[in-house]
Amino acid sequence: MATVGRAALLIALLICAYGVVAAIYGALTGRREWVESARRSVYALAVALTVAFGVLELAFLRSDFSFAVVAGHSSTTTPTFYKASAMWSSQEGSLLLWVWLLSLWASLVVFLTRRRMREVVPWATAVLLGYGAFFTALLVFAVSPFETLAQPPADGSGLNPLLRHPAMMIHPPMLYSGYTLFAIPFAFAVGALVARRVDAEWIRSTRRFALAAWLVLGVGIVLGARWSYNELGWGGYWAWDAVENASLMPWLTGTAFIHSVMIQEKRGMLKIWNVSLVLATGILCVLGTFLVRSGILDSIHAFGASTLGVPFVVLIAGMSLGSIALVVWRRDLLRSEHRLDSLLSREAMFLLNNLVLVALCFVVFWGTFFPLISEAVTGEETSVGPPWFARYTVPLALVLVALSGIGPLIAWRRATAVNLRRTFAFPLACGVVALVALLFVPGVPQKPLALSMFALGAFVAGTVGQELWRGARARRTTTGEPLPVALTSLVRRNRRRYGGYLVHLGIVVMFVGVAASSAFQTAQDRRLSPGDTARVDGYEVRYVRATAEVGNDPSGTGAMLSLGAVLDVSKDGRHVATLRPARSFYPSNRTASGSVEWLIAGEPTSEVAVRSTLLSDFWTAVSPDMRELQEVIDQADEAVAADIPAEQQPMVAFRLLRDVIAPNYVEDPPPAMFRMIASPLVAWIWIGSLIAIGGGLIALWPAPDAARRRATATLRARVAQDLGRA
Amino acid sequence: MDALALLAIFALLLVVAWIVASPLRRGAAVRAASREEAERQDLEAARDAKYREIRDAELDRQTGKLSEADWRALDRQLRAEAVEILRRLDELDGLE
Repeated sequence: MATVGRAALLIALLICAYGVVAAIYGALTGRREWVESARRSVYALAVALTVAFGVLELAFLRSDFSFAVVAGHSSTTTPTFYKASAMWSSQEGSLLLWVWLLSLWASLVVFLTRRRMREVVPWATAVLLGYGAFFTALLVFAVSPFETLAQPPADGSGLNPLLRHPAMMIHPPMLYSGYTLFAIPFAFAVGALVARRVDAEWIRSTRRFALAAWLVLGVGIVLGARWSYNELGWGGYWAWDAVENASLMPWLTGTAFIHSVMIQEKRGMLKIWNVSLVLATGILCVLGTFLVRSGILDSIHAFGASTLGVPFVVLIAGMSLGSIALVVWRRDLLRSEHRLDSLLSREAMFLLNNLVLVALCFVVFWGTFFPLISEAVTGEETSVGPPWFARYTVPLALVLVALSGIGPLIAWRRATAVNLRRTFAFPLACGVVALVALLFVPGVPQKPLALSMFALGAFVAGTVGQELWRGARARRTTTGEPLPVALTSLVRRNRRRYGGYLVHLGIVVMFVGVAASSAFQTAQDRRLSPGDTARVDGYEVRYVRATAEVGNDPSGTGAMLSLGAVLDVSKDGRHVATLRPARSFYPSNRTASGSVEWLIAGEPTSEVAVRSTLLSDFWTAVSPDMRELQEVIDQADEAVAADIPAEQQPMVAFRLLRDVIAPNYVEDPPPAMFRMIASPLVAWIWIGSLIAIGGGLIALWPAPDAARRRATATLRARVAQDLGRA
Repeated sequence: MDALALLAIFALLLVVAWIVASPLRRGAAVRAASREEAERQDLEAARDAKYREIRDAELDRQTGKLSEADWRALDRQLRAEAVEILRRLDELDGLE
């Protein structure tokens, strides 16, 4: 099977090489059959890469350890659910996933534009196949996922336990979908510049891809945050870690792009800005992939080792220099068709929003690469932490939230004082009422940044509510529909606008959750024995008893031993929850099998326990003291090694762990370290992200009338064709 | 290398070659596929976008963001641009 995979990758590389040449030759000579052949190369690439992807996925599911990558990242004890996703924990598998997704999205876009943009599409096809050539060349020549072992091991090393979380099944494909979807507007921007077609047509043709990229990248980021909160055991959802930042940067510039393209569509302005933004986004996506896979920056999320630094740096440098050269080359064509009429216009607000987003991206970029920059300048690696990021990002985020409320209220071109009064009165009142009310909530006035975020959040909610109300009322007046029907019809007929407003609302709800949970968080690390009690922000936590499970991990991660605690949580004398945090231990791939040590010496993970309500989260994690347990394990292993025949040792070791060591731990547990965190409004971060995703889906969905028109056009074409035949 | 693997690789090569080469075999037919068709699709997309702009402006008026006078001026201009696109579409039909 590995041969088939290798051959499929080689065929994919040849297809890319052929397709690039055919597309450019067709574009230069005007010979459409070569352009068409290049377009079909993209489909062929998708077929070849689907075969390669399928072969590798099958090898993981079958635990075929003759594949080096399967032996290194899976095992027979890895649950099937996680075997399926183990592929993208490896460098080879994740690069294959990247290029496979690229081939699928590229196929979709060249199919949708098969009868449009004749001048632009060949160049865009060449760029997309160029991307494909780079990644398949890496897979063929540098890090083949189809390397085989002459002597396959009986079992593999297993999937990194930290990655055994449902979010990790979806998180990497989502991030990579976002990165590869952003390659499409990038490729069309290059095509538009080369073909001198820099009007809004390339934007219209790829707008949905940019929006889909923004949406799935956002979903990927949120899933990563959720995983961090539930799996990493430090109690937060965002650490300003290099790998987290790598995905955030293209999302920020992508957000700027999907706003500023509206100005080009409506006014023919900001052409240089738009192409620069999308080119930067494309480059940041490749940079993001590189950061995750290379390990050049320290990260809690970096699971890759660097072997691909040079090719990626060459690609990023080539993309950057090529993009700058293209924009400079075509600067005459990129002049704005109109000037900004007024600073009180939606265009001006969008421009300001873009500047803030790009400033945010710059801050994140600077903070992320600061260790490398400081090392280059001073010779010492110095990194910056969350407080540094907060100093710059919080004020910028406040301005951004304010703009997300102001933008929808202002008309294009020029706003008049009368219109401003009419549209701002209610949202401003919402903001002021929230501000005044919160001044009376104890503790809130002492946190002015959080207070500002709450007031601005109310202002944005007021904006969105007013927009929905006024739109529905206007529609009811025109059509006579009842209000709920008018509201539904309004959103259905103006998906882009109202989907966007819902996204604003969702993002603001998220920011409110972030502000509250950051500003008003109380955390404690306590060493407790059974019967001990700790107080955390009004919660009384009693360590009731220790627990130990052997080979029975309730979360299905394949843990061999889970040492946990039962915590009784009460507030104001009332029981509110029973929490069961645990620490899971996995078999090692280093020590010899057949010992108790082997059964539990893999990288341990925290299984956190959270009591989550709409108002607050109470988060707990436990770290059992393993020193006493280790002595017992060492004694057991000595006895096993001395007295038990080798073939029986694994079974005896397991029984010792299950029947002696674990029960002993439960009966006489040593004190354990507990991390306990009370944070308000964390649930609203996840609720806000769901609202934003819902809004994004509404904006992405094709308008019903457009779909009908396309169907009608297809039918007309068929009638014409039939008449032609007759 | 087993026979099944060889067969699978050969089948993949055949499929890929068929997909990529078919436009080259149909060379003349592909060339004949009209430039007008591409132009029409581009114009139809531009027309749909212009209609969307007209509807957006109307909604801005209804929700109080545009005054009656501003909306009238904007609507007149957008409709003129839409008419120009329709005229070019009609011209394209006349060429067929």
